[in-house]
Amino acid sequence: MAEYAVAEHALIACHDCDLLFRKPRLQPGQKACCPRCGAVLFRRKRSGLDQSLALAFTSLVLFMLANAYPLLRMNIAGRVQEGSLLTGIEELYSQGYWEISALVFVVTFLAPLAKLLCLFYVLLPLRLFGRRAPKAVLVFRWTELLSPWAMTEVFMLGILVAVVKLADLAALTPGIALYSFASLMVSMAAGDAMLDEHEVWDRLEAAGD
Amino acid sequence: MTNQAPTAASAGYLLCHCCHLLSRPLHGATHPRCPRCGAVLHRRKPNSLARTWALTLTAYILYIPANLLPIMTLTMSGRGEPDTIISGVKELIVGGMWPLALLVFFASITVPVLKLLVLTFLLLSVQLGSHWRPWERTVLYRLTESVGRWSMIDIFVITILVAVVELGALATIEAGPGAVAFGGVVVVTMFAAMSFDPRLIWDRMAPKEGEVPSHSRPEGAYRMQR
Ligand SMILES: [Zn+2]
Repeated sequence: MAEYAVAEHALIACHDCDLLFRKPRLQPGQKACCPRCGAVLFRRKRSGLDQSLALAFTSLVLFMLANAYPLLRMNIAGRVQEGSLLTGIEELYSQGYWEISALVFVVTFLAPLAKLLCLFYVLLPLRLFGRRAPKAVLVFRWTELLSPWAMTEVFMLGILVAVVKLADLAALTPGIALYSFASLMVSMAAGDAMLDEHEVWDRLEAAGD
Repeated sequence: MTNQAPTAASAGYLLCHCCHLLSRPLHGATHPRCPRCGAVLHRRKPNSLARTWALTLTAYILYIPANLLPIMTLTMSGRGEPDTIISGVKELIVGGMWPLALLVFFASITVPVLKLLVLTFLLLSVQLGSHWRPWERTVLYRLTESVGRWSMIDIFVITILVAVVELGALATIEAGPGAVAFGGVVVVTMFAAMSFDPRLIWDRMAPKEGEVPSHSRPEGAYRMQR
C-alpha cells in the first residue's frame, strides 16, 4: 500500500543543496535563487498555458513534416539519392548496429513525440475544462522524465556537420524536412522555456478529475 | 538551538525529485510517496555514490573502444577508409572547416572526458568529506549534467550519412563498432550524472560540534532576480 506523505506548501527546499526556505511570492517573470549554491529555486513565467499549448501544437505539426519528407537529396554523377531520419535509423538496423539504431530512434523520434503528446494530454483538458485527464499526474511525471532524452536541438547540429562533410562528396539539395527540423528545434526550445512546471503542478493539484 | 543552516533533511522534510513539492512523511512510513505526483520520496537519491561510481567506471571502460575502433567507414569506388572520432575531427581541420572542427572536438572529445573527470572528482571529494569550495563543485555538477547531451552529435552525423549515402558501387557509408561504444559512453555518463546527488556535497559541510559554520543564513533569504 502506498504511504503518502503530508504536503507542506508553505516551504520549499533547494534541490541542489537542501537549504530550506519559506515559499516566495513572485511576480510573473521573477525567479528566486538559492543564496548558498545559486540554484534557481522557484520561477514564475510570464507565459500561460495558451502559449505552451500553441507551441506544442506547432511542434507536433513540424515534427510530422520533419519525418514525412526527405532531409537531403544527394546527386553523384547523375545518380540521385534521398534520405530522411527514419531511413537512417532503418539502415543502421540493417547494417547490424541495432544498439545505435535504437538509441537514435529513442532520442530523436520517440522521446520528442511522446513528450509532445504527453503535454497535449495534460494541458488541453486543464485549459479547456479546468479538469485533469485520467492519470494526468502520472503522464506529466513521464513528461519530465522524458525531457533530458529528447535531443532535437543536438540532432540539428548533427545535420549541419553531416551537410558539411557531404558537401565535398556530392551536390546536395536540402529537403523540406531540413527546414522543418530547424523550425522544430526553435519551437521545442521555446516550448521548454515557456512551460511553467510549477504552475502546471499547482493546477493539476487543484483541478478535479 | 543550533546555528546550522536549516535544511529540509534536518527539519524532517522530503523533497520530491520530480515535482519539487516538499512534504513530511508519516511516522514509520518505509516508502513514502509524494502526495502530489505519487513518486517515491527519498531523503537523498538512493545509493547515489555506489550507482554513480559503477556508471562512471563503466563509461571509462567503454571510452577506450569508443576512441580506438572506427565509428564509420566510407567506401568510395571500392576503397574503404575507416574513420575514428579523432580522424573525423582531423578531416574537418584539413578541409579548413575550423568552426565545425572545434564544435565536433568539443562535443565528442572535450565533453565526455571532462564529464568523466568531473564526476570522478565529485565522487572522490564527497567520499573524502571535503569542505573545499562547495559552491564551485555544485556549479560544476550542474554544468556536467546539462552539457552531456551535446556529445550525441557524432552519432547523429553517422545516422544522416548512412541515410543519404548509399549509391551502390560509387560510395557507401557503414557504421562501425566504435559508434556503439561511443553511444554507450554518452548514455552511461548521462545516467551517472543523473544518479549523483549534489546535496551530498553540502551534507559534508554541516558544522561539527563547537565549529563555527561557514554558511549560516536566516531561513527565507533568497536572491530575487527579474
Ligand atoms: Zn541551494
